[in-house]
Amino acid sequence: MNGDSPPESGAAPGPVLSVADLSVGYRVGPGTRTAVRNVSFELAEGQVLALVGESGSGKSTIGHAVLDLLPGNGRLLGGTVSYRGRTISGLPARQLRQLRGRAISLIPQDPTLSLDPIRRVGSQVDDVLRLHTGLDAEARRTKVHELFELVGFHDVERRYRQFPHELSGGMRQRVLIAAAVAAEPDVIIADEPTSGLDATVQAQVLDLIDDLRRRTGTAVVLITHDLGVAADRSDLVGVLRQGRLVELAPTAEFVRSPRDDYSRHLLDSVPARLEFPDRGSGRAPSHGPAAVEVTNLRKHYGDHVAVDGVSFTVEQGETFAVVGESGSGKSTTARILTGLVPATAGRVRLLGTDVGDLSAKAFRPLRGDVQIVFQNPHASFDPRFDVLSVVAEPLRSFQPVRSRHRLRRENRDRVVAALEAASLPASFLHRHPRELSGGQRQRVAIARALVSDPRIVVLDEPVSALDVSVQAQILALLDRLQRERGLTYVLISHDLAVVRAISDHVAVMRHGRIVEQGAVAEVFGTPACDYTADLLGAMSGRQLAIR
Amino acid sequence: MTPYILRRLVQAVLVLWAAYTLTFALLTALPGDAISNRINNPQNQLTPEDGRTLKAFYGLDRPIVVQYAHALDALLHGNLGYSLSSGSTVSSLLGDALPHTLVLTALGLTFGVLVAAALGIAGSYAPWSRLRALLQSFPALAASVPSFVVGILILDGFSFRLRLIPAVDDGTFLALVGPALTLGIMIAAPLAQVFTAAITATRRQPFVHVLQARGAGEHYVFRHGVLRNASLPVITMLGLAVGELIAGSVVTEAVFARNGIGQITLNAVNTQDLPVVQGVVLISTTGYVLVNLLADVIHPLIDPRIRADILARRAKRPSRARPGADEAVPARLPDEAVAS
Repeated sequence: MNGDSPPESGAAPGPVLSVADLSVGYRVGPGTRTAVRNVSFELAEGQVLALVGESGSGKSTIGHAVLDLLPGNGRLLGGTVSYRGRTISGLPARQLRQLRGRAISLIPQDPTLSLDPIRRVGSQVDDVLRLHTGLDAEARRTKVHELFELVGFHDVERRYRQFPHELSGGMRQRVLIAAAVAAEPDVIIADEPTSGLDATVQAQVLDLIDDLRRRTGTAVVLITHDLGVAADRSDLVGVLRQGRLVELAPTAEFVRSPRDDYSRHLLDSVPARLEFPDRGSGRAPSHGPAAVEVTNLRKHYGDHVAVDGVSFTVEQGETFAVVGESGSGKSTTARILTGLVPATAGRVRLLGTDVGDLSAKAFRPLRGDVQIVFQNPHASFDPRFDVLSVVAEPLRSFQPVRSRHRLRRENRDRVVAALEAASLPASFLHRHPRELSGGQRQRVAIARALVSDPRIVVLDEPVSALDVSVQAQILALLDRLQRERGLTYVLISHDLAVVRAISDHVAVMRHGRIVEQGAVAEVFGTPACDYTADLLGAMSGRQLAIR
Repeated sequence: MTPYILRRLVQAVLVLWAAYTLTFALLTALPGDAISNRINNPQNQLTPEDGRTLKAFYGLDRPIVVQYAHALDALLHGNLGYSLSSGSTVSSLLGDALPHTLVLTALGLTFGVLVAAALGIAGSYAPWSRLRALLQSFPALAASVPSFVVGILILDGFSFRLRLIPAVDDGTFLALVGPALTLGIMIAAPLAQVFTAAITATRRQPFVHVLQARGAGEHYVFRHGVLRNASLPVITMLGLAVGELIAGSVVTEAVFARNGIGQITLNAVNTQDLPVVQGVVLISTTGYVLVNLLADVIHPLIDPRIRADILARRAKRPSRARPGADEAVPARLPDEAVAS
C-alpha cells in the first residue's frame, strides 16, 4: 500500500471515517484506567492509516471503539466516531449492527482463534451475507465462491466445506479477509492482521489487502506493532504512546524525519536500524575446538522428517543464526543441541565432546555448558517460583540435595551476579514472574541461562514476543554479554532483521534442510538460493533500512 | 468411523467384564450370604445335613474361583442364575422391573436436560446481573440437596398440598412426573453448571467478537456460534450424569414406592442376594456404557477436529506436515468423511 496513488474511484469530498477527541477507559476495580486519550484522526476514501505503538499503547482499543465493540468493562469516555459525516458512536445497538460488517468491517488479530473451530469456513463468510443482504442461499453460496476466488483460493467449493483446522494460518487469514470484504465495506479495521504468520505469508496477506483496497477504494486502518509493515504499507502513520497520539504524519515524512522524540526512539529501535560493530562479516577467529559441530543430523517424528541431514560448525565466541519459517526444523535442531530431544541419526560435537551417543545421564555434565533461552519466558517459568528460585534452578539441579542448605548463600550470590549481568537489580530476587514486564522476564530468562556460567547459549526466538524498543535493549544486552564473556550463541529466529543485527554466520533452513549458509553479509547481500532471496524480499521495513 | 466404533465396543465389553468381576469379588469378600443366612436363621430349623445339601445345590461349597468361572460361563450363555431369596430367575425379575425404571429414567433425563438448558441460557443471558447470579447459584443448591429430600419436598408440595399428582404409583403417566422431576433436578445441577461455564467461556472467544464485528446480534451469535461449541462439554457430562440417574433411581423408587430396578436392588442388597445384585450391576453398567458410547459417537459428529483426529490416527500419519501459503494441508479429510 505504498501509497501516494490516489483512489481510482474518484475522491469523494470529506472523510469516510473520522475520529474526534476519542477517549476510552476500562473499569479496573473501583476506578477507571484510561486507555485512549483525546485521539483524533480522519481517513479519506482509499487511504491507509497505520496506527503503531507498543503493547498497551491503546491501538487495538481504538479499533474496537470505532466498531463500538469494547470489552465488557470498556467505556467511551468522550469524543465521537463519525462515518461519512454521521456520528455513529452512541447509536442504538440495532443501527450499529447494520453498520458493522457492511460499512466498517474487521480483519482480526489471530486467524486461529478468530474462526469458529466447528463450523465450515464457507458458512462463516456466509454470515456476513446473511446478515447484510437479502440474497437467497443459492446466491449467497455463489457469492462466497467469488469471494474465495478473490482472496486467491482455487478449489473454492472444497474450501467452502473445510473446517479451520484443515487450513494453514495464511489460508485462515484469507478466509477472514473474504468475510471482511464480503459486504463491500468503506472502511476495514485490520487489527494486527499478520502477526504470527511467516514472513512470506505475511507479505502475501498484506499484498492481498493492498490489492483489494486498490480495487474498491476501501479505506484501511492498519493496527500494527511492526514499524516495517507500517512504513511499507500506509499513507499515514499515527504513533500511539500510553493512549495518546503523539504523532500523525504522512508515512514518507514520518520515516524521513519523525518530529516526536518517542517516534524517533521507536524508529531507531527497529532491528533493521540496529548496528553492532564487526558483525556479519564472519569475524571471530576461533580458538580451541569448535563450539558446536553438527554432521548430517536427522530427526524423525514417526514418518515425518523434521530435520533432514543438517551439517554446520559454530566457532567459539561467534553468533551462528539458523533462520527459517515455521516447520523448517530450526527449533528441533536447537532442541537436539541442548539435549532436550534425541537425534535420530547424525553426529553432534559440543566443545570437542561427541554427544550423539550419550545417554541423558552422560549428557548431564555438559548441561551446565549449554543453556537455552526460550521465546516465551512466561511459559517456561514455574509461576509459583520467585525470581531467585527460577534463576537458581540450573545450579540446584547440579547440587546434591544434602548440600543444598549449605550452598544457599553461595547460590544467592551467584543469582545476584547473573541478574546484574542481565541488568536487573538484586531487588528483583523475590518478585514473581507475573509481576514482571515482558522485557524483564526475558532478562530473567537470560540470567537463568548465565547462572551456570555456560559457554554456549542457544537462543530460541529470544526477542520475537517483545516490543520493538525492548527488543533493541535485549539485543544490545546479548551483544554485550557475548563480548564480555566470550559466549557462543546459536540463534534461532524467523526475523532476518534480528539475525542481521547480531549474527556472524547464518544458515537458512527449509523443510528440514539447510539450503544456504555462510557469513551474514554474503548470504544476505548476494543470496545464492532463490528461497533466501524470497525470504529477504518478504522482509518488511525495507523503507526503514538505512544501510 | 467404523473401526472407531468397533474399538469403543470392545472397550465397552471389557468394562462390563471388569464391573462384573469387581462386584463378584466384593460381594464374596463380605461375610455371609443369602443361603447361610437362611440356614443359620433359628426359625428355619434346618438340619446341618439339609444345610449342606442346600449349599451344594447353589454351588456355594465350591472354591470361589470355580464359582466365578461357573457364573461367567453361565453369563456368556445368557443365564444370570437364580435369586437366592425368591428362587425365580434373575432375568425374569429384572425383565419385569426394567421397563418401569427405563420409563422413569428416560423422563428424568428429559426433564434434566430441559431444566439444565433453561438454567444455562437464562443464567447467561438474563437481563440483570443479580438475576444471573441468582440463577447461576441454583445448580450448586440443587447439587447439595440429597435426592431423597428433593423427592420428599416434591411429594409434600405437589401431592399432599396441591394434589396435582398421585403420591403412589397408580400406573398413570401423571404418577411418573414426581419421581422423574426428582431425578431431573438431581442431574440438571451438574449439567447446568457445565453448560453455563461453557457458554461464558465461548462468549469470550475471539471468534464471537469477530461474529459481532460482522454485525451479528446476541441471538444470531448464540444460535450460530455459541450453542454448538458450548454443548460439547455438556455431552461429555451427560454420560456421567446417566450413572447418577441409575443410582438416583434406587432412592427415588424407594421414596415414591415404585416398582423397578431400584426396589429390586434395595431388597437384593438387604438379603445379600448375590446373583440379583450381579444382575443389577450388569444392567446398570450396560446402560452407563451404552450412553457413554453414544456420547463418544456424537462428539465427533459435532466437532470436526475430533473427527480429523480419529481419521488421522487410523491413517497413521503425522498431521503436522507444514503447509505453504495456499497449498492443501496434507491431513485434509477426504470429502466423503466430511459429509458423514
